[in-house]
Amino acid sequence: MDIKTILLLIPLLPLIGSAIAGLLRHQVGRSGAHSITILAVAGSFALSAVVAWQVFVNDLPVLNYSIYTWALIDGIRFEIGFLIDSLSSMMMVVVTFVSLMVHIYTIGYMKDDPGYQRFFAYINLFTFAMLMLVMANNFLQLFFGWEAVGLVSYLLIGFWFKKDSATKANLKAFLVNRAGDFGLLLGIAAVLMYMGTLDFAEAFAAAPGLTDSTISILGGMEWSVLTFICICLFIGAMGKSAQVPLHVWLPDSMEGPTPISALIHAATMVTAGIYMVARLSPMYELSLTALSFILIIGAVTALFMGLIGIVQNDIKRVVAYSTLSQLGYMTVALGASAYSVAIFHLMTHAFFKALLFLAAGSVIIAMHHKQDMQEMGGLFRKLPVTAVTAWIGSLALIGFPFFSGFYSKDLIIEAVKLVDRPGAGFAVFAVYAGVVITALYTFRMLYLTFHGPTRADAETFSHAQEPPWVVTLPLVLLAIPSLVIGYLTVEPLLFGGALSDAITVLAVHDPMIKLADKFHGPFEFALHGFVTPVFWLAMLGVAIATVVYLFKPALATVIKSRFHWLWSILDKKYGFDEFYQTVIAGGGMKLANLFSSKGDTMIIDGWLVNGSARVIDALSNRLRTVQTGVLYHYAFAMIIGLVALVFAFVLLR
Amino acid sequence: MDALNSQLLSLLVWLPVLGGLALLFVSDSQAGLAKSIALIIALVAFVLSLLLIAGFDSSTAAIQFEQKLLWIEAFKIHYHLGIDGLSLPLIVLTTLTTVIVVISGWAVQDRVGHYMAAFLILSGLMVGMFSALDAMLFYVFFEAMLVPMFLIIGIWGGPNRIFATIKFFLFTFFGSVFMLIALIWLYLQSGSFAVADLHEFPISLQAQIWIFLAFLIAFAVKVPMWPVHTWLPDAHVEAPTGGSVVLAAVMLKIGGYGLVRFSLPIAPDAAAALDWLVIGLSLVAIVYIGFVALAQRDMKKLIAYSSISHMGFVTLGLFLTFAIVRSTGDVSGAALGISGGMVQMISHGFISGAMFLAVGVLYDRMHSRQIADYGGVANTMPWFAMFAVLFFMANSGLPGTSGFVGEFMVILAAFKANFWFAFLAAMTLILGAGYSLWLVKRVFYGEIGNDSVAALKDLNGREWLVMTVLALLTIGLGVWPHPLIDMMNASIVELVNHITTTKIAP
Repeated sequence: MDIKTILLLIPLLPLIGSAIAGLLRHQVGRSGAHSITILAVAGSFALSAVVAWQVFVNDLPVLNYSIYTWALIDGIRFEIGFLIDSLSSMMMVVVTFVSLMVHIYTIGYMKDDPGYQRFFAYINLFTFAMLMLVMANNFLQLFFGWEAVGLVSYLLIGFWFKKDSATKANLKAFLVNRAGDFGLLLGIAAVLMYMGTLDFAEAFAAAPGLTDSTISILGGMEWSVLTFICICLFIGAMGKSAQVPLHVWLPDSMEGPTPISALIHAATMVTAGIYMVARLSPMYELSLTALSFILIIGAVTALFMGLIGIVQNDIKRVVAYSTLSQLGYMTVALGASAYSVAIFHLMTHAFFKALLFLAAGSVIIAMHHKQDMQEMGGLFRKLPVTAVTAWIGSLALIGFPFFSGFYSKDLIIEAVKLVDRPGAGFAVFAVYAGVVITALYTFRMLYLTFHGPTRADAETFSHAQEPPWVVTLPLVLLAIPSLVIGYLTVEPLLFGGALSDAITVLAVHDPMIKLADKFHGPFEFALHGFVTPVFWLAMLGVAIATVVYLFKPALATVIKSRFHWLWSILDKKYGFDEFYQTVIAGGGMKLANLFSSKGDTMIIDGWLVNGSARVIDALSNRLRTVQTGVLYHYAFAMIIGLVALVFAFVLLR
Repeated sequence: MDALNSQLLSLLVWLPVLGGLALLFVSDSQAGLAKSIALIIALVAFVLSLLLIAGFDSSTAAIQFEQKLLWIEAFKIHYHLGIDGLSLPLIVLTTLTTVIVVISGWAVQDRVGHYMAAFLILSGLMVGMFSALDAMLFYVFFEAMLVPMFLIIGIWGGPNRIFATIKFFLFTFFGSVFMLIALIWLYLQSGSFAVADLHEFPISLQAQIWIFLAFLIAFAVKVPMWPVHTWLPDAHVEAPTGGSVVLAAVMLKIGGYGLVRFSLPIAPDAAAALDWLVIGLSLVAIVYIGFVALAQRDMKKLIAYSSISHMGFVTLGLFLTFAIVRSTGDVSGAALGISGGMVQMISHGFISGAMFLAVGVLYDRMHSRQIADYGGVANTMPWFAMFAVLFFMANSGLPGTSGFVGEFMVILAAFKANFWFAFLAAMTLILGAGYSLWLVKRVFYGEIGNDSVAALKDLNGREWLVMTVLALLTIGLGVWPHPLIDMMNASIVELVNHITTTKIAP
């Protein structure tokens, strides 16, 4: 098969699988649905692996081509097309691999669900949409994939549509994402206006010519065009990648079934924003203001969302806040011009966070769909595979040397220390503090779930057992890359220039150049990792968790009551939800009701149309007495007359 | 073939009208026969309209399938039909919509023959209006069309139908009187009712402004634009399902079509001077009406307000040209805006039609349009819920559906004209999703709301058919709008050239 056929099949296979599983759900049945969709994703994964092999090993040159012309107006070509380079081919492998694991896992997790086929149709469709997003060579297709993954996310968060909390959460997720897309769309419009194209490569070529252009929006305020574009586009990324203040939808998205929390709300879709900024690095590099903005947003998210993770009791929500915090780390890396490190962390995080979610799901299955960690504990012996893989995922998450997360997170911290731009000082503090916090909430979760005496009721606990192999196999297959992928790929990806065909960094502020001097191979780097402050900060977090949640559980209550004010701030999640609920949603509804009752009904209909309204009333009163049949014939006579006039002419002429 | 080509438009106008008149004489006892005849005529007309597409040369802006006969010699009024890229898509939309309403009207019990007759006649008259190239002929069709719609609402409508029909009639009639006056004035000045002559006829700026305003009133009522929109929610609420579908899918487009066929090319300088007015009203429609839609409790009213908001994109897109020229110094982007407005008309035809059909599906079963009477419909009607979610997603502008195409293009073009136009227009991303998906949540999601919902049966074969057709069209246009845009492009480029050239009398 030639490479273009392969590339076309990669997204199309899951699209076809989705259509079959969804539309012919009764014909193919449950096993038919999962077989077809899994085959489709497995095919996509195999083909993506072939493509990645071609790109990374055989040095396939960058492919940038159009599939078809979507529209052509005013000389602007709107295309559907692929850009295949190191960045997209790596993303394709990550997306299809995690998706495949989640597909297999779903067989076990959803086995009793009446919506079985529908679920497989959705996750297949998601894989298609995500692939279209990462393979795009232009802003139109990016936006298509962007919103399409949002659609599937909406459908999956609300998968259990009978639950009010689920359909509230999916509406919230869609609308908050739309708020981000609002910025994204304006950014795309600005790209078209100032660069005259929606094609990535052409836009990158045009960007340097715009460094001195300005745009005036309010009065005399002059903005750099590039800063404007980059910040608008980044607002889209803030929605999708759940950065403060557009993060509020992600914790609520946990209403969806756990497999999609792993796939969509941890490993793939939420990283779309990170991917986009990295993809557009030639533009972002030209705006230090935008990069500083990104740096600060990322730092705030990394630090403050991690803190909330400490007080959560729902096992999925701990992982969700952890995801927010890790997305913050990736964003910080972007803001530090360390795009390749951000992508690297995206990849390692995809594996270990998908693993942690699926492990949490495995626990949830064993606990009969209870998610409260206060009713768990002591599950290590009951669920050995789950517990061991969860430990591996956790060690990767806290950045323990040699684990995949160590390489990516440590390099983010090192990179941030090297940049000198507004916000960098705060970012350094945030990523250091985040290390303690990450270790703290991660080990709190491990201890509360797997260790210590159990708090589950005897009935549940005695029945708790390891779920079937379809659930544990993906855990094991994800645990392997969580362990080794960092060690194996850090050198080629970050210091071997494997991503250099996709990512552009201006040499003047490239932190990777300086980092390369310090880096002498993955083994030495990890060994050195044991003596860095980052390691000891992580150990501090682990120690606190060990004392408070393993040895002296009573201490947790004491701390909670001593620092009640802090606890309640965190418990209220800094009040974002209340603010949006009352001010934005409530205000919007007030406005809507005001416009409807006062604007339309009272002013326009009541006053402006008042005269005619009275006429109407009078007329309709009189007409009500007229038989409708009479009215009918009367009016039809009218039209027949009119039309006959024209027709007689045509015919008789 | 040439002989057929020159008669094709006439056939498309008169076949449904004559067929409809014949149906008036089919007695109520032979309802099945009436339905079959209506379906055959509607299908034939639809196929004939496809011949228009097949024979259409999209490389030129010239009038095609032209037929011109002298009608009333004293006033030089001609029976003059013909199409270009602007009218062709709307004609096909009309014939397609007619097929759909005939099929969806299969369950009508009351005076079936008359019901079908009204829709067929309406269809022919609308095709006539979209293809008329003589202003007087246009006016005749424009007015005649009111009658069947008036009857559709007045006879098969809801309890408040008389109020709604009269409000509908008065609003539109009020608007068209101004158009008639403008047309007569133009005839007295130029000595012609030919649309092409009026396009070329030089007029002073002051006169243009009066003409522009007169046309604007007529077409703004039809679109409808804020603040002359309040007839639409009332008409929709009272209209039977088929009436709502035609009203939303085709009749609203008459306003947009009138703007591109009359207002812009006949009074381009006035349009340039007064574009702020149209743009302002369009943005009010998009934002303000978007909020109003959010507050609705009646499904049909909600969709009606959503229509008004979406039609704001049509009028916005059509009038961006002058602001783009002022802002950037050249016309690049103008065709993008007008194309976006035109695509939005077609797309809105599919989506709003589908949404009204969806409400009809529910109304047929439960006899309520109140959102609060539903809840959890997805439990009992899963396939229907799938279609509904698709159409409401399309309504909120989801990429990959037709609802995205026009809005996307108009927002891109609006940005070239003025950042704030794009900013306000883009509010629809949030508002449109808000009212559309909130409705989905309240009607389709949740536990089964009550016993009536529990008793609901999923779509029957007929409903499946129309939903599938509209779903395919919605997705098809969203995935590949190129054929439609290509069909219109030459005419739009010509229009842009025409309206950016002054025609103030020297």
